[in-house]
Amino acid sequence: MSNGSDIDRRTRGFRASLARLRATFIKEFLQLRRDRLTFATMLFIPLMQLLLFGTAINTNPRHLPTAVLIQDDSSFARSYLAAMRATDYFDISLNATSEADLDHLIRSGQALFGVQIPAHFGRDLIRGDRPEILVIADATDPTATGNAIAALNRITETVFSRELTGPAANLAPKPPPFDLRVHLRYNPGIETRLNIVPGLMGTILTLTMLIFTGLSVTREIERGTMESLLSMPIRPVEIMLGKIAPYLVVGGLQMTLILGAAWLLFGVPIEGSLPLLLALTLLFILANLSVGYTFSTIAKSQLQAMQMSFFYFLPNMLLSGFLFPFKGMPGWAQHVGEFLPLTHYLRIVRGIMLKSATFVDLQFDVLALALFTLAAMALAVARFRQTLD
Amino acid sequence: MTAQASADPVSDIVIDVEGLTKSFGGPPVVKNLTMQVHKGLIYGFLGPNGSGKTTTLRMLCGLLTPDSGHGTCLGYDIRTQTTDIKRHVGYMTQRFSLYADLSIRENLEFVARIYNLDQPRKAAQDAIVRLGLERRADQLAGDLSGGWKQRLALGACILPQPELLLLDEPTAGVDPKARRDFWDEIHRLAHEGLTVLVSTHYMDEAERCHEITYIAYGEILAHGKVAEVVAEAHLSTYIVTGPQLAELAEELEKRDGVDMVAPFGVELHVSGRDGKKLEAATADLRAKGPQVWTRGEPTLEDVFIDLMSRVPDNSV
Ligand SMILES: Nc1ncnc2c1ncn2[C@@H]1O[C@H](COP(=O)(O)OP(=O)(O)O)[C@@H](O)[C@H]1O
Ligand SMILES: [Mg+2]
Repeated sequence: MSNGSDIDRRTRGFRASLARLRATFIKEFLQLRRDRLTFATMLFIPLMQLLLFGTAINTNPRHLPTAVLIQDDSSFARSYLAAMRATDYFDISLNATSEADLDHLIRSGQALFGVQIPAHFGRDLIRGDRPEILVIADATDPTATGNAIAALNRITETVFSRELTGPAANLAPKPPPFDLRVHLRYNPGIETRLNIVPGLMGTILTLTMLIFTGLSVTREIERGTMESLLSMPIRPVEIMLGKIAPYLVVGGLQMTLILGAAWLLFGVPIEGSLPLLLALTLLFILANLSVGYTFSTIAKSQLQAMQMSFFYFLPNMLLSGFLFPFKGMPGWAQHVGEFLPLTHYLRIVRGIMLKSATFVDLQFDVLALALFTLAAMALAVARFRQTLD
Repeated sequence: MTAQASADPVSDIVIDVEGLTKSFGGPPVVKNLTMQVHKGLIYGFLGPNGSGKTTTLRMLCGLLTPDSGHGTCLGYDIRTQTTDIKRHVGYMTQRFSLYADLSIRENLEFVARIYNLDQPRKAAQDAIVRLGLERRADQLAGDLSGGWKQRLALGACILPQPELLLLDEPTAGVDPKARRDFWDEIHRLAHEGLTVLVSTHYMDEAERCHEITYIAYGEILAHGKVAEVVAEAHLSTYIVTGPQLAELAEELEKRDGVDMVAPFGVELHVSGRDGKKLEAATADLRAKGPQVWTRGEPTLEDVFIDLMSRVPDNSV
């Protein structure tokens, strides 16, 4: 009998346990339903990831911006460009006026490829002098350029088969009637590491800076200290700058640490100016601190601020060109990307570290970062609630 | 009371507001509130939880904008001149709102710097001495006991030498000795010319105020000196002692003419707004015993409980 009552007791215990479980389940569900932002996060983050991965991200990017310097006006030059276009990999959208201009277009990231067809190309080809076509490829991001170069090699043999018929047909058989010289610039060893490590600098700084300031205002509100602070004669701008400034120092230390590691551990060179890199990295740190601070003036709790930061971080990861080639994304995604500080910083950091880009090459990105920072700060000051209404 | 006696009716008014109304989306939590506070007085602000005391204090120091109504605080407009108000008003929040992760000294120096005092370190040190916090000066504010926290908060408030103190339930949850010290300090400050508006739940504290205002559900129900407020309530009260007071109270609650029954330790206070009706309603019980009935003076608390029972609870 004692056995029976034992089982009885256990069943009752189990039922009670289930009841408590159910109570907790209902409570959690009710709380979840009230917490709109968490709910939105649960729906939108997977949706956003799906959409971005599905439509914006392309590991075999086509239509890459290509600059041309054509010094020969023969039909051969035109049909070579036409053949390049036909591969779908090249979007010949920029005309360089000189070799220096061609270099600048590539160093500033406006073009991934530069094609130079030298003077008398057509004449030399007919003569059988095997003229050269020079293709400069920005190899900082090997994924972006690899397939395009392969396609370029494929067309070499067939490109002039139509022109070289009739009297010129004897020139048609291989080897091809001209030399294709491909210059892989900036990362000739095609080491992914050289592209990823500077990019990591940007993503790490984005994340840590967001977290530093993202909680600063909400923390004061949650701890109740905001009421005291607001009852004192201090202005929102003063609060903002006072809260951001210490983290600029922290960010500076972090930057030194990451740069040191990139150089010592990963052997990433710093080809360009170190002071320029440091100055622009500080600007980027400031931009992210401002975004974090803005979130913290909008969020109602620390959790909300974290959720907003995450929302913001995701497109930064996916659309900035960190993980996937920027120029390989569809137009709309590139437009979105232009509004993200990380996009501009990646151009800056890869530009200076790998391509020895100068301030002039990067001025557009510097301007974008500065404007972004100012806009975030202005929004934060405007959004700052000076009363408890 | 000297300050009160010499009160000049116009220039001595520190707080002068009229028709303040505030709601947070729902029904107003402060309704059409009008009040004047004279310089150098300790002015008590009483009322049940949720009656709008904190909201009123926040409107006075520029932390909330009234929906309607207008007025001045230290002569500055409470809508447009909040920066000036903040410079000259010390506001002590209901919930401890200094930085728990800073030491006493660091908190005080922070305040001194915000107010742009000449020598913030010295100002903080002086405040530490005045508050008797020397031995704890480098302790984290968050680790202090309730009484010491309140003392620190008060110290931070008076550091920039304000002309008006707004104290929101400064002694809630503080032991009686600390409470007394706190009030002694407030009286000293008032004597030095500071005006103090303090909200509280404690009757003994109310009696230490020069004037009191009783507010419930956002409306002022009584106002004046303590004796005036008690007198104006026109309450008649019996004090009952003896056995079975709980049963007696239950019986009394049902009777017409008995407006309030409240146990006070071993006593029961039975009050009515109409003395005659109260006498009639309780005659049989007084004759029957076994409890002992004596005629007594209503206390301030009797008055407040009665005031509250007169207004319907529409706070929800
Ligand atoms: N920021 C706010 N948002 C919404 N409701 C509020 C807010 N502050 C106060 N209340 C409401 O206003 C009423 C009065 O509150 P309060 O002024 O704090 O009363 P008291 O200080 O007398 O206890 C309460 O019902 C409270 O819930
Ligand atoms: Mg309150």
